[in-house]
Amino acid sequence: MSSSGSSPLWEVFVRARRGLAHTHVGSLHAPDAELALRNARDLYTRRQEGVSIWVVPAGAITASSPDEKDAFFDPAADKVYRHPTFYDVPDGVAHL
Amino acid sequence: MNGPFAFTLALGDDALIAAQRLAEWTTRAPEMEEDIALANIALDQLGAARLLLSYAGELEGAGRDEDALAYLRDDREFRNCLLVELPNGDFAVTMAKLLLLSAYQLPLYTALSRCADERLAAIGGKARKESAYHLDHAALWVKRLGEGTPESHRRMQAGIEEVWPYVGELFAGWPQAPVDPATLRADFDEVVSAVLAEATLTVPESAWAPAGGRDGLHTEHLSYLLAEMQVLHRAHPGARW
Amino acid sequence: MYGNDFAGEDAPGGLLGEVEAAEAELRTAAERDRGAPGPEEDLAAYFTAVVDADQKIEPRDWMPEAYRRTLIRQIAQHAHSEIIGMQPEGNWISRAPSLKRKAILLAKVQDEAGHGLYLYAAAETLGISRDELVELLLSGRQKYSSIFNYPTLTWADVGAIGWLVDGAAIVNQVPLCRCSYGPYARAMIRVCKEESFHQRQGYEILHTLAHGTSAQRAMAQDALDRWWYPSLAMFGPPDGDSTHSAQSMAWKIKRFSNDDLRQRFVDMCVGQAEVLGLTIPDPDLRWNEQRQAYDFTQPDYAELMRVISGDGPCNRERMAHRRRAHEAGAWVREAAAAYAAKQASKEKVPT
Repeated sequence: MSSSGSSPLWEVFVRARRGLAHTHVGSLHAPDAELALRNARDLYTRRQEGVSIWVVPAGAITASSPDEKDAFFDPAADKVYRHPTFYDVPDGVAHL
Repeated sequence: MNGPFAFTLALGDDALIAAQRLAEWTTRAPEMEEDIALANIALDQLGAARLLLSYAGELEGAGRDEDALAYLRDDREFRNCLLVELPNGDFAVTMAKLLLLSAYQLPLYTALSRCADERLAAIGGKARKESAYHLDHAALWVKRLGEGTPESHRRMQAGIEEVWPYVGELFAGWPQAPVDPATLRADFDEVVSAVLAEATLTVPESAWAPAGGRDGLHTEHLSYLLAEMQVLHRAHPGARW
Repeated sequence: MYGNDFAGEDAPGGLLGEVEAAEAELRTAAERDRGAPGPEEDLAAYFTAVVDADQKIEPRDWMPEAYRRTLIRQIAQHAHSEIIGMQPEGNWISRAPSLKRKAILLAKVQDEAGHGLYLYAAAETLGISRDELVELLLSGRQKYSSIFNYPTLTWADVGAIGWLVDGAAIVNQVPLCRCSYGPYARAMIRVCKEESFHQRQGYEILHTLAHGTSAQRAMAQDALDRWWYPSLAMFGPPDGDSTHSAQSMAWKIKRFSNDDLRQRFVDMCVGQAEVLGLTIPDPDLRWNEQRQAYDFTQPDYAELMRVISGDGPCNRERMAHRRRAHEAGAWVREAAAAYAAKQASKEKVPT
């Protein structure tokens, strides 16, 4: 990893409220798991959007291929999972 | 000056000046994620400052609200410890300051949450959870910098040494206060020495122990900080914002 | 307290209502998902069919290379704008005139960092790394919104940025909540919801100043005078000169033309300025009964081009500030990476 080299990508899952499953909310960069968890708290739960957070190294996720023709689209086939989607946490987003 | 007022004011000033310094990092942190984290901690400190200063104003009974106390006192009237007014330095100095401050505030707020004064107990109860997070954040970085690269180790050790002399003032005896800080020193030493040991850093020794903040005798830095913080408010006497 | 809601007569619930509608639409579109293309189906035809049906393209779908490039450029520049945009307002955190205003401003600037990170992450789904994006910004090869190259000279500028700049940004961004690219649309929904508070705090600052002392009132008017035309320029060059528009509209990356959005923004602002009791600095601003819209003076597009090309009042400072922070933090990032590597190797070696 070079000095300007970015730290690994982590996928973030948040349980919005008791009784709900963890939902993917986005991703972030952090050098290690502990920092990833702290960063996730600060980035994705600034408005009390969650009661529990998971962080998962993006590289550890194996994604299914939508179809056989996936090979046609291949700018970086070595990256198993092309990162985040932004499912908004249902409800509970307090805004003024 | 009565005990509860002076004590509440001192704690409020600690939190306010710490918030002002931490907020200086905004747009300047080593990573964008850390920019957000430092802003969170600054917001916690600012929130505690507002509660404490508002209550101090009520205890004083002279009609001063949080803004009157924050914006219309001069440096000789501020009662914060010297540690919080020191310049941010590099990221290592800031993390050293945060480690020492949060390792002081955590047992202080915890003890406060059990004190007889209900308002102070409520503020302590809220703030101690935040302090626990600040301590965690500082410890996490002190370990990473201490064990990271030779350069980060050197900077982290230098950062700790730079701010360590200011610890003494935090625990000076204050028997008439709702919580006497002198009783908290053992907690502090235990927490901080464990973090430093894990970070492969040495606990500094310092015979020099500057103090005076609680009596309004500050470093030269505070007056500049206040000049900037207060300039706009003071330029428009009596205005609402 | 003061929001875009009273200007949103054309849309129930105002702009925020539109964000919620976009979110509901996104869910409905997801329910009528057509599944993966069949083995013989042409991928380009499939892409077009998905876009035409107002469904979302997702990261692993086939997409035209130009669609990918356009999105990367647009999302990245949006992200850069959030990050550089922290500077002009951050300039006033230390001097905010009350502790309440200080807390609100700090939270707002922090939100902008968060929005930048949501957007960088959305851009990364298109196969570019954040490092590359940061490098493109720092080397000046990608731009950010020209508005952030203007200075914040007084506290009222913080109010004007909230009201006008965030207001213009929201008018621009609300249609993006319906963008055909899923990760961008979802990021924009999140950003727009959070930004509604930003615009309100700015408007409230100006409202307080406009109803305060004469010095405060003058400060508010001066800020409006300086920020009005740069805010209009945020919608980009007039439609006739806009190079990317037609293709972006066909791909549903963009939903309305620059001029349509600019008109919409002006129509919103007139009533809001009246409530403030401030004067929009345009002697030719008047209601056109026939068009059912306000006639107004266009911003100076030559100035916009100068600022975009680097000759605005603060371009050099903004970039120097960002580079300095990045360089000053290098040793910290190196230390964190080294620590992570040490920990990882400790875990691997049995003791």
